[in-house]
Amino acid sequence: MEEYLKTKGRIFDIQRYSIHDGNGIRTIVFLKGCVLRCRWCCNPESQEYRIQTMMVQGKTKTIGEDVTVEEVMATVQKDRPYYRRTGGGLTLSGGESLCQPEFATALLRAAQERGISTAMESMGCAKWEVIEGLLPYLDQYLLDIKHMNPAKHKEYTGKSNELMLENAKKIAASGMTELSIRVPVIPGFNDTPEEIRAIAEYTGRLEHIKRMHLLPYHRLGQDKYAGLGREYLMGDVEPPTNEKMEQLLQIAEQTSGVECQIGG
Amino acid sequence: MGLYTYDSTDIPKTDRIPKLVENLYAKMPEIESARAKLITESYKQTENEPMIIRRAKAFQHILENIPIVIRDGELIVGSTTIAPRGCQTYPEFSYEWLEAEFDTVETRTADPFYISEQTKRDLKEADAYWKGKTTSELATAYMEPETLTAMEHNMFTPGNYFYNGVGHVTVKYWEVLDIGFAGIKAKAEERLAKIGLADGEYQKKSRFLQAVIISCDAVVTYARRYAALALEESEKCADSRRKMELLQIAQNCVNVPEKGAASFYEACQSFWFVQQLLQIESSGHSISPGRFDQYMYPYYKKDLDNGKLTREFAQELMDCIWVKLNDLNKCRDAASAEGFAGYSLFQNLIVGGQNSEGIDVTNDLSFMCIQSSMHVFLPQPSLSIRVWNGSPHELLIKAAELTRTGIGLPAYYNDEVIIPSLLSRGLTIEDARDYNIIGCVEPQKAGKTEGWHDAAFFNMCRPLELVFHNGRDKGVQVGPQTGEVEDMKTFEEFYRAYKIQMDYAIKLLVNADNAIDMAHAERCPLPFLSSMVDDCMKSGKTVQEGGAVYNFTGPQGFGVANMADSLYAVKTLVYDEKKLTMKELKQALVTNYGKGLNEEDIAAMTAEVANDMKAEGKQVGANEITAILKSVVAAVESPEVKAEGDRVLAMIENVPKFGNDIPEVDAFARDVAYTYTKPLLQYHNPRGGQFQAGLYPVSANVPLGAQTGATPDGRLAYQPVADGVSPSAGKDVHGPTAAANSVSKLDHGIASNGTLFNQKFHPSALSGRRGLENFVGLIQSYFDQKGSHMQFNVVSRETLLDAQEHPEQYKHLVVRVAGYSALFTSLSKSLQDDIIRRTEQGF
Repeated sequence: MEEYLKTKGRIFDIQRYSIHDGNGIRTIVFLKGCVLRCRWCCNPESQEYRIQTMMVQGKTKTIGEDVTVEEVMATVQKDRPYYRRTGGGLTLSGGESLCQPEFATALLRAAQERGISTAMESMGCAKWEVIEGLLPYLDQYLLDIKHMNPAKHKEYTGKSNELMLENAKKIAASGMTELSIRVPVIPGFNDTPEEIRAIAEYTGRLEHIKRMHLLPYHRLGQDKYAGLGREYLMGDVEPPTNEKMEQLLQIAEQTSGVECQIGG
Repeated sequence: MGLYTYDSTDIPKTDRIPKLVENLYAKMPEIESARAKLITESYKQTENEPMIIRRAKAFQHILENIPIVIRDGELIVGSTTIAPRGCQTYPEFSYEWLEAEFDTVETRTADPFYISEQTKRDLKEADAYWKGKTTSELATAYMEPETLTAMEHNMFTPGNYFYNGVGHVTVKYWEVLDIGFAGIKAKAEERLAKIGLADGEYQKKSRFLQAVIISCDAVVTYARRYAALALEESEKCADSRRKMELLQIAQNCVNVPEKGAASFYEACQSFWFVQQLLQIESSGHSISPGRFDQYMYPYYKKDLDNGKLTREFAQELMDCIWVKLNDLNKCRDAASAEGFAGYSLFQNLIVGGQNSEGIDVTNDLSFMCIQSSMHVFLPQPSLSIRVWNGSPHELLIKAAELTRTGIGLPAYYNDEVIIPSLLSRGLTIEDARDYNIIGCVEPQKAGKTEGWHDAAFFNMCRPLELVFHNGRDKGVQVGPQTGEVEDMKTFEEFYRAYKIQMDYAIKLLVNADNAIDMAHAERCPLPFLSSMVDDCMKSGKTVQEGGAVYNFTGPQGFGVANMADSLYAVKTLVYDEKKLTMKELKQALVTNYGKGLNEEDIAAMTAEVANDMKAEGKQVGANEITAILKSVVAAVESPEVKAEGDRVLAMIENVPKFGNDIPEVDAFARDVAYTYTKPLLQYHNPRGGQFQAGLYPVSANVPLGAQTGATPDGRLAYQPVADGVSPSAGKDVHGPTAAANSVSKLDHGIASNGTLFNQKFHPSALSGRRGLENFVGLIQSYFDQKGSHMQFNVVSRETLLDAQEHPEQYKHLVVRVAGYSALFTSLSKSLQDDIIRRTEQGF
């Protein structure tokens, strides 16, 4: 067996039949650990790298497992017939996959060498060398841009956005992967026309952009906060209405000049 | 590349269609007595004649006298009842159940029917004649005592054909369209002239052919009555447009079905008379139009090319047929109504697929059939689509668009599994490629097959219950003595006991089916139906007597997932890991895991203890019985029993389950399914055909689950059994691809009477073009792995809950229930719950 298949990493879930994160029917591998602490995060159990426990429907569940690339691939390969029919494949998500660069790269490489297409959802929050190292194995990059204002970005996610925006440019310029920009639309954070317009402008100036996605805020992660003994900071913020999303979509389309859609 | 170029563009719905639908659903369906009165009159006059002639004369008497009606705005005419969606009764098959249910049929939860006091009186009077003359009584006389015992103990239920006609056939519609009943009659006359009076088979053949001739004339008479009625109504009609329509209808009914159809419109009307009158003759359901897009196409194409027909009018006519298919109805007994819930007649109509030469024959009508289901949006016909590697992608996308509406249609079938499967049952390659589906999921070759496709429900859980009690059920020896379960030393020994119980129950099932088969041949041979199935005319035999080219009996097993999970749990916990003793497991099952037992089971347990005491020579009086009862109740409901039940359930929950793409469990399930599918193949029916298994439950997994005790997979007593080959509800937790991979590991080819795999989706899984593409990809991937059939519910859980709460607002809500689409609000509460409970995937 090739050595890189033994690379170990930490994941907290593998979700098959995902149809909103990249082309076709996909298997998402969720890597544990994140650099950001977004208030609206729907996977709060992904944030810390350490293995932890969470209450799920009254039962204690261990979150986090150390696995090899080979072990992950055994599951990923199970849906090969579906990938072949739909152009689907493996998607890495998190957390932030770039926090485990060696593991993430090895996973993408293993998939690609087996003829399975690859995608990654990521904020691009890592040194450029890390990103550059995995681009040869990545077919689709689903890159988050959450806000253009560094201060506001820092206030809501814990980190400023300069590095991520810089990386977005470099990824786009490399032409090595199909790049889509994904914007979580969070009421009270970035849901004004001006804020979406600013992101769309930036997106429009990037090279080789495939698509821009507006992902409406949802509350499906709310119970997990209680399960982790944490407070849900979004309180009772309502998801944006369909009308609001349509309005923002129009702005995004007009400003960016690229294909835009609501949802993944 | 297919045989035809086609136009797949959408055609809009006309205003006529919603009006027809509204009229159809304005009232609760009603039971009428005309047919029962007429058949009784006729039978009284023909008592000394051969049965086949009596059947033909009764058919003729009915068609000459049954009241007829043309409903407002109809373009295709022919109604079996005056009331929309009403039903006639068929006392020659059985009648006692309806009399017993006269006062409850209107208020029951599943498929209620209104019945007037006058109708009750009429039916009672007619029914009096039928005592000792029905197929169900003769069938009972043909059954062995042990078979009747097994049926009493719910090992299997052949109720469908036991109490009703068989149906489950696709006739040669194309021959009627081509030469009409005048042509069929001429063929019969020609054959009749050729048989010598002194031929050994003269009596048999001549009377059959005479019966065919009488039936052909009867159908022509019936159509002429409609022609006269249309003419009469046109004279009274003030609306000039409707007047013209009625005149056209009158002309159509003069021409067809007597003669071959001269236009697409006539072909539609001719088709309809055949479809409707088959049901008047036989009472059967699942009389399936089959490959409508194929046999109707020449008439469509010719009229279109000649400029005599527009696509829009063709679509409207088809929409009218779709509405009419929902006008036919059938009242079943209360128990069967639960098993076939949703007022469904399972008239399966299939589009797409290959012709006998293996070329794809998708055409305009394939798309227009799907369009009709979108326009009419009702459960009938049970629309199906044939999928193979050469299916046009556009057709699959169009089908997925229909799925997305949430109507539960179409069902998808895999040519690549079904064709070889039919070959293995002796069909020629040409016939196998030309298959269509009967009823729910049963493949066969139209016009050549008497498949007896829905021959019984066989509950695979019940033999396992017998294993735990040495073949006894409620104190009665129902199965063989396979030994005390606590003494079984190895899993192999335990599994062998299960197979012995299965084999025995299957043998009795065959005994029951063959008894019923004989009864139909003797008491209800069907000349009209047989005139449209090869080789009846040649052999001079009805299909009931073995006149068809291909003969099968296909009883359907269900509970594969429960048995796979149960046996795997026993193997793992009792034998491999030794975490649980067999005694503990048995105790947990007997006490329903401490979750309570129903009165019937408590009473049976009490009786058993009392009998044991009597056997030991003890006196058992009323006081003793009361004491035993108390101790039984205490024993099954004590806190210790509850705690122990929870402990065992927790252990079982951690054992891997079928439906999660775990190779070892899936391989196990494959083997468990063989315990039903393989033994059946050795048996034959009185028509000279073979038994073949199906794996699907229609909706019987709910009522029959209610008669099943707790099972070692953690399923509680009285809960539904798993549906078809689908994983147990809620046990597949890795999404639709994992579930589909597991299910594809079963041997679908050997279950040549069909398998059924249900998946439920939230509408978001099919949103946008990408959603449709992924959905089609999912089906194709399952089929790549040799799955046979797939069907879908696309509706949100919230919608279903709300519909339960406010049924009046959801009168038209259609969901797919195991093999057919039904109106959700017409289903029983328990079945509604089952549908809601099914794992919701794709969100």
